[in-house]
Amino acid sequence: MATVGAHLNEEALKRLDRQERFNLFGLTLPYLGLVSILIIIPIGWLFYMSFIGRDGTLSFENYTRMLDSKAYIRIFITTFKISFLTTLICALIGYPLTYFMSQLPKKWAGICMIGVLIPFWTSLLVRTYAWLVLLQKKGLLNNLLLDFQIIAEPIKFVHNTSGTLIGMAHIMLPFLILPLYANMRSIDKDCVRAAASLGATPSRAFWTVFFPLSIPGLLAGLLIVFVLCLGFYVTPAVLGGGRVIMAAMKISSNIELYFSWGAASALGVVLLVVTMAILFIASRLVSIDQISTRG
Amino acid sequence: MEPKNSFDFDGSCVNADIVEVLNVKGEKMKKVKQILSLALMGVLAFGASAYAEDSIRIVSWGGAYQKGQSIGIFQPAAKAMGITVKEDTYGGISDVKLMVKSGGDKFDMFSSGAGSCASGGAEGILEKLDYSIIDVSNHIPGTWSDYCAGADIFSVVAAWNTDTYGDNGPRSWADFYDVEKFPGTRAMRSKVDAQLETALLADGVPMSEVYNILSTEEGMDRALDKIRSIKDHIAVWWTSGAMHAQLMKDGEVDMTTGWNGRFDVAKRDGAKVAYDYKTGIMDWEGYGIPKGAKNKDLGMKYIAEMMKPEYMAEFVKHITYGPTNTKAYEGGLISDALARSLPSHPDNAKHQLLLSQDWYAKYRTIAAEKYTEMMTE
Repeated sequence: MATVGAHLNEEALKRLDRQERFNLFGLTLPYLGLVSILIIIPIGWLFYMSFIGRDGTLSFENYTRMLDSKAYIRIFITTFKISFLTTLICALIGYPLTYFMSQLPKKWAGICMIGVLIPFWTSLLVRTYAWLVLLQKKGLLNNLLLDFQIIAEPIKFVHNTSGTLIGMAHIMLPFLILPLYANMRSIDKDCVRAAASLGATPSRAFWTVFFPLSIPGLLAGLLIVFVLCLGFYVTPAVLGGGRVIMAAMKISSNIELYFSWGAASALGVVLLVVTMAILFIASRLVSIDQISTRG
Repeated sequence: MEPKNSFDFDGSCVNADIVEVLNVKGEKMKKVKQILSLALMGVLAFGASAYAEDSIRIVSWGGAYQKGQSIGIFQPAAKAMGITVKEDTYGGISDVKLMVKSGGDKFDMFSSGAGSCASGGAEGILEKLDYSIIDVSNHIPGTWSDYCAGADIFSVVAAWNTDTYGDNGPRSWADFYDVEKFPGTRAMRSKVDAQLETALLADGVPMSEVYNILSTEEGMDRALDKIRSIKDHIAVWWTSGAMHAQLMKDGEVDMTTGWNGRFDVAKRDGAKVAYDYKTGIMDWEGYGIPKGAKNKDLGMKYIAEMMKPEYMAEFVKHITYGPTNTKAYEGGLISDALARSLPSHPDNAKHQLLLSQDWYAKYRTIAAEKYTEMMTE
C-alpha cells in the first residue's frame, strides 16, 4: 500500500512539475517575443542590408570596399586597441578603488559610491568637453604646469590617443566599479580571516582567497566596459581630434558618403562578428585559466 | 468641459459628438475637429509634435551661422508672411536621408551646402524646387540648382593666429604648406571637401587646371601626397565650423583651413585670427526640402520670401557670407566696408577658385575614401 501510494504521489508530483515548468515557460514568452523583435530581427535585417549595394541589388560591394581601402582595417585595429586599453586602464584604476570601497564601513562606502555615481549621472557630452577644456594646449592643466615651470612647452594631452583614453576611461569607470563592488561586498570576510588564522600573510590571503572570489565581478565589469567602448562615438570624436577614428565614426560618415544603409551595415556586421569572435576566444582562455588555478 | 486629465476624452464621448453633429450643420464639424484634435493632443501629450498649417520647421548648422540666419532671415521672413518658424540644428544631409527613408517628419526644410543637396537630389530624397515661385532672376549665375536655392556664398580660407605670425601669416596655400617658413601646428578638415584643392594650389597649379588634374588618379594622389608631407604638423582634423572657430579662439593650432565667416565671428569675440581671400575657395549654401515634406508648398513660398535682398543684407551683418541676390549690394543695403569684406565681392572673388560641384558629384566617394586612408596612416 505504502509503495503504491508513494508511486502515485510521485506521478502527481511529476505532473505538477511539468505543469509548473510549462507555466514558467509561458511567463518567459513576452520576453522571448521582445528579444526576437528587438534583437534577432534587427540584427538579421542588418546582415541582410549589408549585402545590398548602392543600386539596390544584392552585392558584396560593401565588403570588397573594406578590402580595397586600408583605412577600414586600420579603423578596426584602432577601435579594438582603444577599447582594450580603456578596459585595461579601468581595471587598473577601478580594482584597487573598488577593493578599498568594499573594505570601508557601509556609511563611508556609500559616500565613496556617490563620488562614483555623480559623474556617471552627468551628461557624457559635458564630461567630454570638460576634459577638452582642462587638457587642451592652453587649457587649465597646461597653464598650471607652465606657471609652475614644470614644463617649458605645453604637453599634447588631447586631440590624440592619450586624450581619448583619458576621457573614455573616466566615462567607463563606473561600469566596471558597480558590478565589481556588488561582487566584492558579497564575499564573506570570514574566508579571508580564516586564511589569516591559518597563517597566510595579508597579501597571500588576498591573492589566494579574495582575488579569485572577485573574478566573476571583475570579468563582468571588464566585459561591459570593453563592449561599450567598441561602439563609442562622441568621446573619441571630440578628444581624438580626428587622429583617432573608431568604427562608429566611420559608420556615420559612410551613411553620409554613400547614401546607403549597406555601406554602414557592413561595418556594423564586421564589428559584431569580430567582437563575438574575440569574446568567444576570451571565454575559452578564461575558463582554461580558471581550471588551471583550481588544479 | 475642462478635462481633468488627458484621458477624460474617451472614445464614446467623441463618437456621440460626431453623431450629433452629423445631423446638424457643417459649421459644428469644425468644432468637433477641434475637440478631436484637442483630445488627440492630450492623449499623445508626449512624442507627438503639434503640427500647424502655418508653421515651418527649419534646421540648420547652429552656432554663429544659424544665429545670423535666425535674426536676419528666418524670423523676419516668417513674420512678413504671418507664419511661425521653428528652428533646430541637424547633422547634415545624412539626417535628411535618415528622416526621409524612415518616413519620419521632423522638419520641413533645411539649410545645406550645395554639394550635399546635389548628392541628396541624385539619391531622390529631396523635392525639386519650383523656380516659378522662387525668383532667382537677380541671383549670381550658378548659385541655384534643382534641389538647392542658394542663399549665401562662403569661402574656405587659410586662417592664422595673429599672436603667432602677426600680420605675416600664410597669404597663399603655398605658405600654408610651407612648414619651414611658417613653423607651427595646423588643422585641416576631417572630410575631403575643399581640402585637396588647397594642396594643388600650393603646388602651383593654376586655378583653371585644379579640377582637371584632380580628375586623374595621379592628380588625386599628388594632392594627397602633398597633405601627407605636412601631416606631422596637422594637430587636429576638424569636423565642424564651430570646432575650427574654437580651435583658433583657444590657440590650439596656429593655422587652419575653414570658413571665413566663422573666423570673422571669432575675431569679433576677441580671437587672434586673420585670413586672406587670396587663399579662398568659394562655395555656396542654400535651402532644400526633404522628399514628402508635409509643408512643401508653404516651404516653397517661404524660400521665395527668404531670397529677398533685404534679408540677405541683414544676414551679412551677423556673419560675413556674401549674398547670392545681387540686389542686396544695391541701394546701400550693405555698407561699403562690409561689402568689401564679403567673399563674393568682385575684388575678393577674382582671387578665388570656385568649388566644382560637378567634380564632387563624380569623385566624392573615391576622394573621401582616399582621404580617410591618408588620415588613418
